[in-house]
Amino acid sequence: MGEFFSIFTGSFDVFMEGLWLTLRLSVVSLLIAIVIGLFFAMLKISRIKVLEIIADLYIWIVRGTPLIVQIFILFYGLAEIWLIPEFWAASIGLAFHSGAYIAEIIRGAIQSITKGQTEAARSLGMNRSLTMRRIVLPQAFRRAVPSLGNQFIIGIKDSSLASFIGLQELFGVSNTMGSNSFNYLPYFFTVAIYYLLIVLILTIAVNQLEKKLAVSD
Amino acid sequence: MTEPREMIRVEKLNKSFGDLHVLYDIDLKVNESDVVVLIGASGSGKSTLLRCLNFLEFKDDGKIIIEGEQVEADTHDLNKVRQKVGMVFQHFNLFPHKTVLGNVIEAPIQVKGLSKKEAIKEGKRLLDKVGLGDKYDVYPSRLSGGQKQRVAIARALAMQPDIMLFDEPTSALDPELVGEVLETMKELGEEGMTMVVVTHEMGFAREVGDWVVYMNEGRIVEEGKPDQIFDQPKEERTKAFLDSIL
Ligand SMILES: Nc1ncnc2c1ncn2[C@@H]1O[C@H](COP(=O)(O)OP(=O)(O)O)[C@@H](O)[C@H]1O
Ligand SMILES: [Mg+2]
Repeated sequence: MGEFFSIFTGSFDVFMEGLWLTLRLSVVSLLIAIVIGLFFAMLKISRIKVLEIIADLYIWIVRGTPLIVQIFILFYGLAEIWLIPEFWAASIGLAFHSGAYIAEIIRGAIQSITKGQTEAARSLGMNRSLTMRRIVLPQAFRRAVPSLGNQFIIGIKDSSLASFIGLQELFGVSNTMGSNSFNYLPYFFTVAIYYLLIVLILTIAVNQLEKKLAVSD
Repeated sequence: MTEPREMIRVEKLNKSFGDLHVLYDIDLKVNESDVVVLIGASGSGKSTLLRCLNFLEFKDDGKIIIEGEQVEADTHDLNKVRQKVGMVFQHFNLFPHKTVLGNVIEAPIQVKGLSKKEAIKEGKRLLDKVGLGDKYDVYPSRLSGGQKQRVAIARALAMQPDIMLFDEPTSALDPELVGEVLETMKELGEEGMTMVVVTHEMGFAREVGDWVVYMNEGRIVEEGKPDQIFDQPKEERTKAFLDSIL
C-alpha cells in the first residue's frame, strides 16, 4: 500500500501530461463526432433513399469493425498517401467511430419530437431548415444529453487505444512507466483511478446540465 | 353593396391517403371577416380539409384559391402562403423549450425579420389581448390547457395572418377551460378576422358562426346560415348528426 502511494504521488506530473492529452483527444474527437453524427442523422431522416443507404453503410462499417482496426487503418493505411500526425489520426479515428453512435442518438432524439412541433412551425411560415434549427434540434439535443454524455464517457475510455499508435495519453503513460520499472500493476491501478475520477466528474457535470435544461419541463 | 372579398375558394378538391379517399369534390367559399364553422362526425375529413388549406397536406386535385390566387405546391412558395393563413391545433403544439413570449416572437423574428424589440412589443400586446399579460416568461408546461391554447392563438396572430384556421381548439381541454378559449375566438371574429373553425361546440357555431358546413364521409352534405342548419336542416343526415350530439 505504501509502495502504491509513493508510485501514485511520484508519477503525478507525468500522468498529468497524459491526462491533458487524454482530455484533448476526447474533446476534439467528441466535437468532430457531433458534426459527423449530426450530418449522418440528417442523411438518415432525409427520406432520400440514396442518402439513407450511405448513412446505413457508414454506421454498419463502424459498428462492424473494432475501433483499434479503424485507428490502425487510418494511421498506417493513410500514412502511405498522406502522413497524418498521430494526434489527428487518433482524433479522427475516434470521431469516425463515435460519430456513428452519435448519429443514431441524434436521429432517435429527432424522431422523438412529435410531428405537431414541426407542423406548428411550418404553419407559422418557417421553412424546413429553420424548423429543424430552431424548433426540432434544440429539443432533440436536450433529450439526447444523457445519451451523449454516456457516449462521451465511452469516448474517453476508448481514447486509451491511441497509445497503440504511440500517443502518451493516460494509458500510454501507465504502460511506459510500468515497462520501465518492470512493475506494471501499480501503474495500471493508478491509471484506473484517473479514469474513474474523470468519469465521476463527467457524470456529475452531465447530471447538472440535465437539471439546468429541465427548467422548461 | 360591394361584393365581399373572397379569402378562400376551394373547387372540386379531392384527397386520398393511399387507397382511402377522404375528401370528395369539396367546394367551399370563405369571404373576408366570415366565421365558417365545419361540423361533422369524427373521421369525416374536417381536419384534412383544414390542413389542405395551409398545405400541411397536399390535395390530389381541385383548386385552392387563397386571396384570389390559385396556389399550387410546386409553383408557389408555401412558406409565404402559410404566413397569411394561421393555424391553431387541437393539442396546442407550443414550443416547450421556449417561454410564452418566446413562442410568440419566434416566427416574427425568424420569418418576417422583425427586430427583437418590435417583436417583443407586438408579442406582449397580443398576450395582453388574450389575457396572458402576466405569463410572458413562463414555460408552457406551467400553463393550463386553456392558457396554452390562448398562447397558441397569440402565436398565430403574431404573424398577422389574414385567415385563421382552428382545428378543434377546445377538444383537448377540461370542460371548465373551454369558455375562455371560445371567448378569445369570439372576440377575434368580432374584430373581423376571417376564420374557419372545426368544432363540436354548437353554441359557438350558432352564436359566432356566419356559415355552417356539415361534412360526412368526406363530402359536404349541407351548408347554410347557423339558424337554418340548426333549426331547419334540410338533409336527414344533418338532422341525425345534430340529434346525436345535442
Ligand atoms: N395522415 C393520414 N394518413 C392516413 N389516413 C389519414 C391521415 N390523416 C387522416 N386520415 C384518415 O382520413 C380520414 C379523415 O380524417 P380527418 O380529416 O382527421 O377527419 P376529422 O377531422 O373529421 O375527424 C379518417 O379516416 C382518417 O383516419
Ligand atoms: Mg379532426
